[in-house]
Amino acid sequence: MTVKHTGLTALTSVLVLASGAAGAQQLSILIDNNPDTIAITEALTAAYSAKNPGVSFDIETRPGGGEGENVVKTRLATGEMGDMFSYNAGALLQALRPARTLEPINDIPNFGAIFDSYISTVSDPDGNVYGVPHKAAMGGGILYHVPTYERLGLEIPLTWEAFMENNAVIAADGQVAPIAQTYRNPWTSQLFILADYYNVQMQEPDFADRYTANEAKYATTPAAMRGFELLQQAYEAGYFNADFGAATYNDGLRMVALGEAAHYPMLTFAIAAIQQNHPDEQDDVGFFAQPGDSADANGLTVWMPNGYFISKDSAHIDIAKDFVNFIATPEACDVITESVGAGGPYLIEGCTLPDDVPTAVAGMLPYFEQAGRTAPALEFLSPIKGPALEQLTVEVGSGIRDAQSAAALYDGDVAKQARQLGLPNW
Amino acid sequence: MKRRQYVIGAVSFAVAFVIFVIPFIFVVINAMKSAAESARLDFRLPQKWQFWQNLTDVVQARDYMLLLAYFNSTVITVGAVTLLVIFGALVGYVLQRRPSRFSSFVYAFVLTGLMIPPAVVPTIWVLQEINLFKTLHGMILIQVAYGLGFTVLLYRAFIASIPRDLDEAAIVDGARPLQVFFRVILPLLEPVTVTVIVVQSIAIFNDFTHPLYYLPGRENVTVQLTLYNFQSQFVSQMNLLFMNILLVTIPPLIVFIFFNRQIVAGMTSGAVKG
Amino acid sequence: MKRKSHYPYWFMLPAISVFFVLFIVPTLASLYFSLTIWDPFEARFSGFENYVQFFSEPFLVRGVVNTVGFAIVTCVLKTILGLLLAVLLTSGVWGQGLLRSIVFFPVLVSTIGVGLLFQEMMHPTQGAINVALSWIGINGPGWLTNPSLALFSVALVDVWRGVGLATLIYIAGLATISPDYYEAARIDGATRLQQFWRVTVPLVWPATTTVVMLSLISGLRLFDLVWAMTRGGPGFSSDVLASVIYKQYQSGFWGLSTAGNVILFIMIAVIIAPLTYWFNKREVES
Repeated sequence: MTVKHTGLTALTSVLVLASGAAGAQQLSILIDNNPDTIAITEALTAAYSAKNPGVSFDIETRPGGGEGENVVKTRLATGEMGDMFSYNAGALLQALRPARTLEPINDIPNFGAIFDSYISTVSDPDGNVYGVPHKAAMGGGILYHVPTYERLGLEIPLTWEAFMENNAVIAADGQVAPIAQTYRNPWTSQLFILADYYNVQMQEPDFADRYTANEAKYATTPAAMRGFELLQQAYEAGYFNADFGAATYNDGLRMVALGEAAHYPMLTFAIAAIQQNHPDEQDDVGFFAQPGDSADANGLTVWMPNGYFISKDSAHIDIAKDFVNFIATPEACDVITESVGAGGPYLIEGCTLPDDVPTAVAGMLPYFEQAGRTAPALEFLSPIKGPALEQLTVEVGSGIRDAQSAAALYDGDVAKQARQLGLPNW
Repeated sequence: MKRRQYVIGAVSFAVAFVIFVIPFIFVVINAMKSAAESARLDFRLPQKWQFWQNLTDVVQARDYMLLLAYFNSTVITVGAVTLLVIFGALVGYVLQRRPSRFSSFVYAFVLTGLMIPPAVVPTIWVLQEINLFKTLHGMILIQVAYGLGFTVLLYRAFIASIPRDLDEAAIVDGARPLQVFFRVILPLLEPVTVTVIVVQSIAIFNDFTHPLYYLPGRENVTVQLTLYNFQSQFVSQMNLLFMNILLVTIPPLIVFIFFNRQIVAGMTSGAVKG
Repeated sequence: MKRKSHYPYWFMLPAISVFFVLFIVPTLASLYFSLTIWDPFEARFSGFENYVQFFSEPFLVRGVVNTVGFAIVTCVLKTILGLLLAVLLTSGVWGQGLLRSIVFFPVLVSTIGVGLLFQEMMHPTQGAINVALSWIGINGPGWLTNPSLALFSVALVDVWRGVGLATLIYIAGLATISPDYYEAARIDGATRLQQFWRVTVPLVWPATTTVVMLSLISGLRLFDLVWAMTRGGPGFSSDVLASVIYKQYQSGFWGLSTAGNVILFIMIAVIIAPLTYWFNKREVES
């Protein structure tokens, strides 16, 4: 199949690009089944097809999480990927062996419009860049219920101490749970550790490099251990909702939107889901960065959004590149905003946000506007991320295990992953 | 019928109702609620019954994917079960009737299929080599390979209860091996064949892990994969999720209702009395 | 010279060739791949590193213990309940046809469906089970959120789901017992209980073999229900070997995961082989 097509493709794709019509071409895109990803991809492909009537898209969904990662890896390894797919930047992308499986996009005309902060998370050591972001940047921190804060006269905490004082006030008030935790979706339990990375970096600026080089460990670096300790403290103080072991991510969103819980540690992509599930309460939810030990060094841990990547085996590389080139334009950003709302700052030069962004997004923007108040999450600075973290954080957050032992076990988990990746020094 | 049997029956019904029926009533009730009502997950009857709306919402989701999925799942299930019955009965017959070192070896060999978890990625590699990856007939053969152990186990155990006198009588009458099998043995296997059909078709229809890996591609979607995909898609619409569970449960239920009489008839007819 | 058999081996050829190509070949290949650091893109030979890694995984021992415990509990419950139900449902009680259908029905429902359903029913605060318990004054436990209870809850659901199959196999077995035996026992003056122990249990032995083997093996291999209900959680408390293996696979450690497969296979063989021998001996004796 593929062999038969490739000869023709070069010719037809040139024709398509030149004429903007003629010879119908269909490109396949494999995306995760998150409703936002589906809506965004449908809107972007429709916009592209409107400008290029000869090109249509076959959108296929896959499961999210580890199962979906396996689907992507298997397809790339077996040459079954088709043309394009949506995937994570950072550590997860590196596991795809991009140099071998993906088509570099350094030569697209709008390459310069992609922010360097994103480029560094989707490139290989030789400087080849593979992806264009199709969502806004995200922050990891704490969603909070604004009316509760107003009712109790609370202020946004700049230190962990202040945060715990707020929780004490909320607990004493007794009407709502201070912190929502939702361990039926174990990934939601990692936030206190992952979103603490800005604070880690403030205290240990070279932690990521030494961590990658097998020199620094969570269990022996007090700044890194802090995240585990915070989770243990919050559990021991009894600040979680009663059904934290069985609640879902969606329950967490509901709790913080309707004021059943005052805080929900989460990534800001949750804002879009809140808009969809609880449109009337979306402005009741605010956002602040996870506070550290010092009010002077308060900042946000940032997650890079998923991007579109082109398979090296694609039979339509030229059209695919033209499509991702379109994604790197302000026009495409507007299409995204229109389809799922404004979720945060875009990583494309010239993209703007509407004036009336949701409260939580507005709470996130100031961190980006001041230099030095953001830091990427560790998974965008280092290729290693142990797969068992979410089980360990569930254990700490459920009181099954203490912070010290969880951090030590996580170091073992990380070592395993590094050896499997074949990193030097492990 | 004695009074005692009525009493035991009635008590059994009460217990069976609580343990086995109530959970399904829960599914049915929640499949008919509105999204907001179903989020509470209780046994209250729907304030607003919206069976049809939920049904059409689920069926129409993602371009009528559910209908395509029903077609694919039916093809895979019917194809694989047909092959399994013929292949499995033949193997079980020879293994039981011809005890030998070789037979023991083959039996042990086939039973490994019940034990060893399939090696997914090497299997994909093999499927690609023989051009069966991402095809329905490839999936059918995979299900035959994975279901063979269980099928042979059942047939072999059952054939052990069929007296050899029957086939020896036919052999004396001059029947050839294939004739003995198809004319004498196979008809006697009806009860266990019904069991195999019911159990395997349900197992295959309900399998989702293997289609997920061996049958990628939207045009190859199966019913369980839709349930799995919808699980995240309907995350705030438990009513649609339960409607989907309900729909996915119906085809095996029809198979069962259809074959149930034959199971009872097969069990009670005494076809295999010594 | 032997005379040509009336049970020719070539009868098995179609089935065995499919099985060999699609099951044995990949399995043999996995023996090699378990000795490699393998991801979707390449396999580097690494000797026994994966096995060493696997046994230094702190949660593996927990997974092994959980797996064996789970298999034994579900196997015993399915065998006993299956036989008792089968006897009940062949004794001519009122409505036994419908009762058979009801007991067998859960076997039909997809595992994901069952898992999702019970996840909702076992919710600690608003789940149907604990709400019902609260009506009679019992404060129900966190079925799936209490680390010491989660695996047991999954086991109960597995029995709920699987006992119908055991019952069906036993009913098939009971149907092959000639009524003459019971007649003879009655003439000898045996009570119903004595008939059960002296006629039913020995003569239904082949069905017992099937039920025990199937439920033990499926218990040892169980993955989908655990995955649908708890994903091995909370933490690692309901992890079984198959879910540990799957997590390695999911994380892209294909060689490590394949090594886990081999370990699981060896474990199953070590448990099942002596049992098979024992059952076969009993079958021959009776």
